[in-house]
Amino acid sequence: MAEPSKSPDDIIAIPLRHPWRWVSGIIALVLLLSFIWALVSAKSIQHELVTKYLFDVRILQGMLMTLVVTMVCMFIAVILATILAIMKLSQNPLQRWLATGFIEFFRGTPLLLQIVFWGYLGIIFPELFLGIPFTDIIFFSGQTSDVIPAIVAGIIALSLNEAAYSAEIVRAGILAVDAGQVEAAKSLGMSGGYTMRKIVLPQAMRVIIPPIGNETIGMLKNTSLLQVIAVAELYTAASTISAQNLAQIELLVVSGFWYLIMTTVLGFPQRALERRYGRGFAVVGGRAAPRAFKVARR
Amino acid sequence: MNKIMVDARSVKKNYGTNQVLRGISLTVTQGEVLCIIGPSGSGKSTFLRCLNHLETVNGGRIYVNGELMGYRESGNVLHEMKPKEIARQRQAIGMVFQRFNLFPHMTALQNIIEAPMGVAGLSGEEAKELGQSLLTQVGLADKGEHYPAQLSGGQQQRVAIARALAMKPKLMLFDEPTSALDPELVGDVLDVMKGLAKAGMTMIVVTHEMGFAREVADKVVFIDKGQIVEMGTPKEVLDNPQEARTKAFLNKVL
Repeated sequence: MAEPSKSPDDIIAIPLRHPWRWVSGIIALVLLLSFIWALVSAKSIQHELVTKYLFDVRILQGMLMTLVVTMVCMFIAVILATILAIMKLSQNPLQRWLATGFIEFFRGTPLLLQIVFWGYLGIIFPELFLGIPFTDIIFFSGQTSDVIPAIVAGIIALSLNEAAYSAEIVRAGILAVDAGQVEAAKSLGMSGGYTMRKIVLPQAMRVIIPPIGNETIGMLKNTSLLQVIAVAELYTAASTISAQNLAQIELLVVSGFWYLIMTTVLGFPQRALERRYGRGFAVVGGRAAPRAFKVARR
Repeated sequence: MNKIMVDARSVKKNYGTNQVLRGISLTVTQGEVLCIIGPSGSGKSTFLRCLNHLETVNGGRIYVNGELMGYRESGNVLHEMKPKEIARQRQAIGMVFQRFNLFPHMTALQNIIEAPMGVAGLSGEEAKELGQSLLTQVGLADKGEHYPAQLSGGQQQRVAIARALAMKPKLMLFDEPTSALDPELVGDVLDVMKGLAKAGMTMIVVTHEMGFAREVADKVVFIDKGQIVEMGTPKEVLDNPQEARTKAFLNKVL
C-alpha cells in the first residue's frame, strides 16, 4: 500500500503516555527471570544428566511412539467423530440417541479409567471370538491379550474418548454452514450424501480445524497416560530410565522439553490446513482469516 | 398451444396453524414468463419453493413437465418419493436465490461445473467447456477463477444463474433475484434474465421489479395472504388492476 501523502492539516499530536504498561511488563519479566534462575541454579537438578538423556535412544524411540500413537488416534477419532456428528444430526431418533449415548458415556468417565479398562480387557473377556450371535458359528477366536496388545488397547481407548469430544466440534462445524448452501445443492439435484461430502463438510472444516488442532495437542500429551498400561511412549521411556537411575526430576525435564517441542511443531501443519480450507473466505493475500476460536477443556 | 410446463392445483401449505398458501392454482406453458408479485409474507416465495419440493405441500398437487412433484400417485393413494427420485426431479428445475447461495469454497467455474460433473455425469472437459460458455453468456467469461467473495453481488448472482443453467433445466425459478443487490447492479442481472426469456426459457420470477415484469412477463400474478388476488397480462394487472388490494399494493411500490 502506498504511503498516504502528508498534507498541512494532518493532526500532529504528542502521543498519550502509558507508564503502567511499562511497570506491569517489567514486573512480569522480573518474575519470569527469577523463576528461570531458580531452576538453573537449583542444586538438586543435575544439568549434565538432562543433556545426557535428552538424545538418549530410548527417549527418541519413545517420542516416535508418541507421535505415531497421536496421529493414528486423531485419524480414527476424526472419522468416528464425523460419523457421530452426522448421526446426531440425523432424522432417525435411534441414530441420534445412540450417538448421544456414546458421547455421554465416553465424556462422562475419566480417560485414565478408560485406558486401564481397555488395557485389562483380557481379565473381563479372556477370549475374543467373531461369529454369528446366538449360534455356534465362529469364524475366528483368540486370546484377548494376543488380539489386543497394550498399544492397540491404548489406541482404542484414546480414539474412542477423543471421538466423543471431537463429535461435538464436527457437529458445531456442520451447523455453522448456512442452510442456503444445502438448499442450493438440493435445487441442483444433489443427493444428501453428495451435499454433505462436497458442500457442507469442506465448509465445516474451516470451523473445525482450529479446535481439532487444540485436540491434537491435548491428545499428544494424553498419550503419556498410556504409561499405566506400559506402552513404550515418551513418558514411559523417561520414567523407566528414572526408575533405574533415580533422576526423576531430570527425566521430567527431558520429557517436558520434547513434549513442548512437539506441540509447538504441530502448529505448522495446522496453519497449512487452515489456509487450505480457508480458500474463498479470505481474499486478502490468500491467507485464512485469523479466528479467535478455542475449546477449553481438561 | 404450447405444452403445459407447470400445473399447480389448489396448492396449500401451512406451518402449524399458520396458513401460508390457501389454495393456489395456476399454469405456466412452455416458454412463458410468469412474474409473481405481492407484499412480503404473502407466500410468494413459499409457493416458489414448493414447486421444486424444497417445501412439502400440505394440500393440492404440483405437476412440473407432466410429473407430479414429490409423490407417486397410484389410484387415489399418494406414496412419498425416495430422496433420489426427488433429486432427479429437481435436476429439471433450476433455482436462483435471493442471497445467491454460491458455494464459497469453490471458484465461479467450480460452482457451475460441480453438479454437471457430480450429478449429471459430464466429464471434466465437457463440464469446463459448458461452464465457460455459460460464464460468457452471463458476461463473466474472465471471472471463472474468482471465488464468490471476490465478486460483486451482481456478478455472484449471474454466476448463480449460470450454475442453475448448467443442469439444462426446463424451468427456471427466481426467488427475488435482485432484492439483495445494490441498485446499480440490478440491471446486469435483469439483462441476463431478459436474454433467457428471449431464448425461450420457461421462467417463474418472484420479484419487486415492476419494470421487469411489465417488459418481460407474459403473465403477472398478484398474491396476497396466500391466495391469488389477480392474474393476467402485465397490462391488465399492473396498469389496470381490478381488485382493491392490487391497487393498494401497486400504489405503494410504483
